[in-house]
Amino acid sequence: MDRRALVARLLENRGDLLVIASIGSPTYDVAACGDHALNFYIWSGLGSTPVAGLGLALARPDRRVAVFTGDGDVLMALGSLATIGVKQPKNLAIVCLDNGHYSASGMQPSATKAGVDLAAAAAACRLRVETVSDLSRADELRTLLHSGQGPIFIHARVDADDQKRVVPSRDGIAIKRRFMLAAGTLG
Amino acid sequence: MAQWDVEQHIHSARQAGWPDRIHAALKKHGIKQVGYVADNGIARLIDLCERDNEITEVALASEAEGAGLVLGATLGGERAALLMQSSGVGNCINTFSILKNCAIPCVLVVSMRGGPGDFNSWQVPMGSMTEPVLKLCGFHVLHLEREEDAGPVTENACQLAFGGDTQVAILLSQQMVDRTKPKGH
Repeated sequence: MDRRALVARLLENRGDLLVIASIGSPTYDVAACGDHALNFYIWSGLGSTPVAGLGLALARPDRRVAVFTGDGDVLMALGSLATIGVKQPKNLAIVCLDNGHYSASGMQPSATKAGVDLAAAAAACRLRVETVSDLSRADELRTLLHSGQGPIFIHARVDADDQKRVVPSRDGIAIKRRFMLAAGTLG
Repeated sequence: MAQWDVEQHIHSARQAGWPDRIHAALKKHGIKQVGYVADNGIARLIDLCERDNEITEVALASEAEGAGLVLGATLGGERAALLMQSSGVGNCINTFSILKNCAIPCVLVVSMRGGPGDFNSWQVPMGSMTEPVLKLCGFHVLHLEREEDAGPVTENACQLAFGGDTQVAILLSQQMVDRTKPKGH
């Protein structure tokens, strides 16, 4: 499955969805759909995306939060799935774009390439797991992402390729202020 | 830990209790999320946050998750603090970069280990480097040595952090913490 095609379908008519993307390919994928004031790109601290989604979801229970991450990010932070499983945020959905490789850093194989199952790990941590390997259920997953009861973990098996990089702003303070202004959370 | 009666503890210590003063200062400054990793030295502070309906407490599997949590809380318009033992600071070095890069305000309360009298020498290496590591990570470091300073020091930390979008750590002296932590640990 083409990762960009899936991300584009999930972000169609996104409305006021709050989006956090991890360093590396997920950030390029989300940016490829068009930069957006309600996108926050985490450019350091691999492994921080799922729990950043948790903090945001807890702060804004009235809004939907979508985290776009990859197998490398989740592997570095497997424990954070447990942290999220304890809090059970209903408004949080995590989309894990699993290509079995560290595609942004040289295509080295990740643990999932050897069969380590992130969907099973997320289920064991009490997340609601959907596994997808083609676009046939994209509309259903989009609905789930935007309105299903979380915490949701969409485990998307995607092709191992290094697509053209679409690089959004790395100005952390600027994208923070832009996000908070758009989300109505700035002081 | 299971034997520790919070109320009995306060009375036996004959003090308002530094954890209560820290908790009160965090509340006064509108802290809504508190992420922590369990530690005996800050057990009462954690307990106070857990019992507080105005604070959402998050038990982290690793201290490394703390920066991400604070980032998310801030983006959502909530103030956040982190509580951890000094050993946990070492787990955060890389993720603290997020707070620095995005000017995310954070108050970090650290119970120190590895100082004079610590029963476990394996705590010494990380305890010795906790303060320099925090400074290298961009934190402003405050020391809390005496119970009666707990309120003012915590308030100062909150003012610095939330007034200027900076990261401030409060190091709880091991001597102060040891006097008040549960017996048998």
